[in-house]
Amino acid sequence: MANNNKLKRADIIFSTYSVDPYDVLDMAMKKGKTDVINELIESGLRGRGGAGFPTGLKWKFMAQENNEEKYIICNADEGEPGTFKDRKLLVDVPRKVISGMAIAGWATNSKKGIIYLRAEYNNLIPALEKEIEVFNKYASKFDLDFSVNIYSGAGAYVCGEETALIESMEGKRGEPRNKPPFPIQSGYLGKPTLVNNVETFAAASMVCRYGAKKYESYGTSDQHGSKLFSLSGDSPKEGVHELELGMKISDFVEEYGDGDTKAVQIGGVAGFCIPRKEFDQTIIGEGNTTGGATMIFNSTRSMYNVIHNYLDFFAEESCGQCTPCRVGTQQLLKGVEAVKAGNKPESYLDDLVKLSKTMKLTSKCGLGQSVTNSFSSIVKNFREEMIY
Amino acid sequence: MTKIEQLVNDLTGKYGKERKSLMPILQGIVKEKRYVDNTDMVHIARALDISAADVYGVASFYSFIENNEMGKYVIRICKSITCEMKGKHKILKALEEELRIKLGETTHNKRFTLLETNCLGLCDVGPAMLINEEPYTKLTPEKVHEILVDYRNEVK
Amino acid sequence: MSKINLIIDGQSIEVEKGITIMDAAKKINVNIPTLCHHEDLCVAGNCRVCVVEVKNHERLEASCAVPAEDGMEILTNTAKVRNARKDIVSLLVSEHNTQCTTCYRNTNCELQDLAAEYNVDGDRYLSVLKPNIKVDKSSWAIEKDDSKCVRCQRCVRTCAELQHVNALTVSHKGDEMKISTFADLPFNEVVCTNCGQCVNRCPTGALTERRYFDDVWEAIGDPDKHVVMNTAPSVRVALGEMFGNEVGTRVTGKMVTAMRKMGADSVLDTDFAADLTIIEEGNELLTRLKGALVDGDTSIKLPMITSCSPGWVKFIEHMFPNYLDHLSTCKSPQQMFGAMTKTYYAEKKGVDPKDIVSVAVMPCAAKKYEANRPEMNSSGYRDIDAGLTTREFGLMIKQAGLDFNNLEDSEFDSIMGQSTGAGIIFGATGGVMEAALRTAYAVVTGRSVPFENLNITAVRGTEGIRAASIKIEDTLPEWSFLEGVDLNVAVAHGLKNARVIMDEVAAGTSTYHFIEVMGCPGGCIGGGGQPIPTNAEIRAKRTKAIYEEDMSKPIRMSHENPEITQIYEEFLEKPLGHKSHDLLHTSYRKRNRY
Repeated sequence: MANNNKLKRADIIFSTYSVDPYDVLDMAMKKGKTDVINELIESGLRGRGGAGFPTGLKWKFMAQENNEEKYIICNADEGEPGTFKDRKLLVDVPRKVISGMAIAGWATNSKKGIIYLRAEYNNLIPALEKEIEVFNKYASKFDLDFSVNIYSGAGAYVCGEETALIESMEGKRGEPRNKPPFPIQSGYLGKPTLVNNVETFAAASMVCRYGAKKYESYGTSDQHGSKLFSLSGDSPKEGVHELELGMKISDFVEEYGDGDTKAVQIGGVAGFCIPRKEFDQTIIGEGNTTGGATMIFNSTRSMYNVIHNYLDFFAEESCGQCTPCRVGTQQLLKGVEAVKAGNKPESYLDDLVKLSKTMKLTSKCGLGQSVTNSFSSIVKNFREEMIY
Repeated sequence: MTKIEQLVNDLTGKYGKERKSLMPILQGIVKEKRYVDNTDMVHIARALDISAADVYGVASFYSFIENNEMGKYVIRICKSITCEMKGKHKILKALEEELRIKLGETTHNKRFTLLETNCLGLCDVGPAMLINEEPYTKLTPEKVHEILVDYRNEVK
Repeated sequence: MSKINLIIDGQSIEVEKGITIMDAAKKINVNIPTLCHHEDLCVAGNCRVCVVEVKNHERLEASCAVPAEDGMEILTNTAKVRNARKDIVSLLVSEHNTQCTTCYRNTNCELQDLAAEYNVDGDRYLSVLKPNIKVDKSSWAIEKDDSKCVRCQRCVRTCAELQHVNALTVSHKGDEMKISTFADLPFNEVVCTNCGQCVNRCPTGALTERRYFDDVWEAIGDPDKHVVMNTAPSVRVALGEMFGNEVGTRVTGKMVTAMRKMGADSVLDTDFAADLTIIEEGNELLTRLKGALVDGDTSIKLPMITSCSPGWVKFIEHMFPNYLDHLSTCKSPQQMFGAMTKTYYAEKKGVDPKDIVSVAVMPCAAKKYEANRPEMNSSGYRDIDAGLTTREFGLMIKQAGLDFNNLEDSEFDSIMGQSTGAGIIFGATGGVMEAALRTAYAVVTGRSVPFENLNITAVRGTEGIRAASIKIEDTLPEWSFLEGVDLNVAVAHGLKNARVIMDEVAAGTSTYHFIEVMGCPGGCIGGGGQPIPTNAEIRAKRTKAIYEEDMSKPIRMSHENPEITQIYEEFLEKPLGHKSHDLLHTSYRKRNRY
């Protein structure tokens, strides 16, 4: 493959329109539905929200659902601290996102598209509505029966989880559902529903634009295409960067760090915190995926403060329905406080790490399941900072 | 018909009376008056033919649907990690001093409410805050002062 | 139904497709623990205590929520599973008020059982119990103590799914998530019907009935007070469960002895008042039928709907306030009993009614509310001074040190202690209807209902709504207006079904003349004051016991109860007479729906 673990910039998603994304839609429609879906499968594109499910396969399942009423939902509820790429996409290239949604709608015979936009991004609505108007003109020109509407969230991180998002859209508390059934079988209003991240739709549109072969040529054998990284923290180059996958963390830090990097949080607070001694690994290992939120911490940062901030966030943003997540997040928070204050022995940290593993094993959704990632990596690698 | 009944009526006219209309209706009220109090919830419950407890359960879940009386301008300062690293505490202090209220409080003249919130998705341009729906980034105490002056003078 | 094969703990098993792992495990006698699952309710999957290992699944799965699939290999008892369960129970304990010794549910608590089973170490985690939680004691019927809540949401699902009341909800999120009423208002200010079904399903002491037994002990200990106790029909088929008896054991005789030994001055039977209710309500129905069918009086509302279930009465007051005219004006048996105690009984026994303390032992939480309704004092005294649940009564027997299972049987005192099978069957859904039909048919035609052994099986059963039609033929001359009439009746139990029935009434499409509604699933045998647990199997066994008790009675029609004849001769004069009107009938009030 093209990438030899070096950092490479890519210019796909944010490239200026040499071809209007709505013409990409037209191109796709000329190819035929099965071809488009197969191409997507071939491209190896995986969901860009973080879970990394193969996008083509998801679309294929959706296409197989026989129902008059099917929904395409664009998950723009990016609430992961450290993530802001979707905002940039919606500001800079909304047309690529909407064309991706429309391709999905057309390819899977779904007529309704909804952008679930987090409340924090409400100021983007007027511009998005204008873009939707433009789309509507194209749609009528192509005779495409697909509508796009915006649904505004109301401030709940957990609604980024697709079934919680659907519950929220149905006018309920954003509590994740039991699975099965999956949204593809029974989603919004009990109808087949395909939920993809903002970036995934934009990327899907680009796969249609360039073809699977070209798209596949970016990245590694396992991670095709480009990936957007939301970079923040102790870096002179904060912002969204489109990179090929496969680079080492050391390369990334060399390019983006401030020369004093002590740790990198990869995948937002739900991801892993990698200490300097482990920078010699690829930023996303084989089989792993990321939403692309990357935070750089330099040596002036207290990792205790970092994990405390994360845990505070989790304890507040857990939906609260399942025990391990609701109580576990509180216990981890209180636990690190107690160790720091000397009210619990150092060894209590090990108990807490075990607890976080139980949370991973038993929580109902990704929120509770992923807390252990940052928690155990920070406690393991920065143990002294947790105690003294 | 009271003002709020009229508003609920307008909102159900626009979004419908099904359960799925609940969120847009709650948000419509927030847009109008910044918070949804108990009386409002009863009106919504009646309009959608669901229980008031249901409305309360949903409304209390979402941090942008406040139950308590809010000022005309709701300031939400981001407390997530990168904004904290970039000096959120200084900004909060500046806001508290400028507005002479503590976090969670509303000014006497009901113009400003000061809250914290989780990640605003503005991590690369922190510290950040929202005033109602408008984001403000790369805040400094001086900048906070200027912004508030604008709001006080109703420039915004 | 297609079948699938899977392996649980090494044992192959064939099950119907679609059942959960938990239910599949039950079939090979593996009990998987749970706190949130309840067979009456939809799947929640939120306590996570029921996790199991599924081969090739990275994480543990909640067995209550995940369907068994063909070829699955499941392990329910591995170190991984046990450790996870222990951790989860420990977490629940860490947010729990662990003052178990002072808890009403002590020794009958599902969290306590699990904590014991997994030998949970109380110091394993820090306490995250919220400080300063106040117990809501505002309601006459139900207490809510959030410090004991495990957030399983059984109560919320009960209130929504079974009862369509939605007085309870889950509010807030994360560490603030809790079970709330609307705006966290006190229970007495919200749409709660006091049915107590939430109490019956609460795994811990978070929701309990308000207790009045100390007041009763005080009255018993007071030599100036004359304590009259009466027990509802369904108590005698459930009380035994509190003393380790098999579900469905009838303990009528022992129950009577226990009350006497506890020191009650008089041990009487609510069933007597049930028979009295039938006379009044049956006559009210016939009067309404005549008014509506013969006189064409449009102010008379049909269908007439029963009013003996106080949870149901409060439900209709909240939810259908414009249809209160459909309710029978008859007080419930409990309140009729109370009113007669303070008047007829007092007169006969020569006791000053002010000294009488009337205690009702009920399968019900709402009866406490009903007893406290301000209008329930038409004799000048409270009809009922204290309402107890079956559970409270069981506890009192224990407090009294009585070896319940070895008590000899004894008979109710007289007067107002004699009852018929018709009074007994009030305890099960369809029972009031059946009792009413037995009497009304006999009154109108002079013959018994045309069913074998008087058993009107069409109105029995567990279906949520059951309808029947009875043709009235060969009437006695004074009832000739009913000749050939098909009397359409319906029975509903559980407030969810009551709503369905009422939606029809409100839409004007109801074709029934008479409807029986019971607030609780299964009727009183499944009441909110009955022993915990209650589920479909237990309800079925208690129901069976009710009908056995009916069959065991020499008299099975209310109007043949000699004490009923006597009370009309000596005191009430005639059904729907002016004394009846004053003492046995009541009115209802419109309440706020939201």
